[in-house]
Amino acid sequence: MEQAVEGIHDGATIMIGGFGNAGMPSALIDALIAQGARELTIVNNNAGNGETGLAALLKAGRVKKIICSFPRQTDSQVFDALYRAGKIELELTPQGNLAERIRAAGAGIGGFFSPTGYGTMLAEGKETRLIDGRHYVLESPIHADFALIKALRGDRWGNLVYRKTARNFGPIMAMAAKCTIAQVSEVVALGELDPEVIVTPGIFVQRVVQTGVQTSIPSNPQEAAQ
Amino acid sequence: MSRYTREQMAARVARDIPEGAYVNLGIGLPTKVANYLPADKEIFLQSENGLLGMGPAPAPGEEDEDLINAGKQPVTLLTGGAYFHHADSFAMMRGGHLDICVLGAFQVSAGGDLANWHTGAPDAIPAVGGAMDLASGAKQVFVMMEHQTKNGESKIVDQCAYPLTGIGCVNRIYTDLAVIDVTPQGLQVLEIVEGLSFEELQKLTGATLRPAA
Repeated sequence: MEQAVEGIHDGATIMIGGFGNAGMPSALIDALIAQGARELTIVNNNAGNGETGLAALLKAGRVKKIICSFPRQTDSQVFDALYRAGKIELELTPQGNLAERIRAAGAGIGGFFSPTGYGTMLAEGKETRLIDGRHYVLESPIHADFALIKALRGDRWGNLVYRKTARNFGPIMAMAAKCTIAQVSEVVALGELDPEVIVTPGIFVQRVVQTGVQTSIPSNPQEAAQ
Repeated sequence: MSRYTREQMAARVARDIPEGAYVNLGIGLPTKVANYLPADKEIFLQSENGLLGMGPAPAPGEEDEDLINAGKQPVTLLTGGAYFHHADSFAMMRGGHLDICVLGAFQVSAGGDLANWHTGAPDAIPAVGGAMDLASGAKQVFVMMEHQTKNGESKIVDQCAYPLTGIGCVNRIYTDLAVIDVTPQGLQVLEIVEGLSFEELQKLTGATLRPAA
């Protein structure tokens, strides 16, 4: 795990996969906390739940800014306290714009017009355009230095398959970062992943690290292969 | 004064969802609609976190932390359901593929503006999630809410006082007192709870209503 997060520098922008705890790469986050990088900008749908994972990274004081769609939750007490104390900067983005801004970065798009948020305070100050009778807001891509994601299985070439709704932001974050680090429950031999069902092709993944079998792994291998 | 219960509101919304519709149910009250979708109709529930063909909550002990809904509660997948990543999920909304979304609201204006994400209070921590994407993307937006606040103020207003989620995006409003369509001619009442007259409903409503035909 130490090797997996090697080279993450102070001030880095890091995408972290997951929707709540589903798909959150907790082992990589713990390694990042131990590694010590600070002044980080984090991109995630949320701003940490409970006291572990992303919340623990926030609590350790390593994050200066977070780009997310839904920070406030019943168990977001770590973020809430930092935000109210003025110790963390928040860039709030509608969830679909967040996803598309990440995807755009990975796909080499310099910006795009989205109808989402037009006329709201989240579009204030942004360029707008009327296209075929509909109003749109110019949104910019979000690039990252690193992406930390969680997948079910990966191979030596970085091909990945995910598990159920833990997929969420993983595939698009993998595309948007200069260096994508995937924690997987199992590293398998080349050829074991069916090329027809590989979700993230290895070109988008630079490091794969096995975390071992987790409680969420189905006992039925047929299901795991889905 | 009698009011529709939350369960009755959910059952009423469910009646308006046709066979074959792709539907996203928002967090909170709209989630209850799923309990009233008729078993003999095939309706596809979408969840923003990458799930189409969402089924009911699992039996106790069968929960899977990797299979959750937008409210981060454990759910199941129906036979034939699919998983996908977030950009695809929101392309379903933004791209006009989703037929109906059902959302809660703080306020809806006579022109169909929706406010449901932020009170704008200086000490409030804003969180928007997928609300704006759903409001502007779904072909039809249904709102489910109490007709009035706890203080007795109408949640149907001429102009929203809270920060907007979307402009002119609401098509139909289901409250505990009435079902109301947002039309180019104004707010058209479709149904009123038993025992309440149109005039009484109008008095409780902060925008001009048109009586049912």
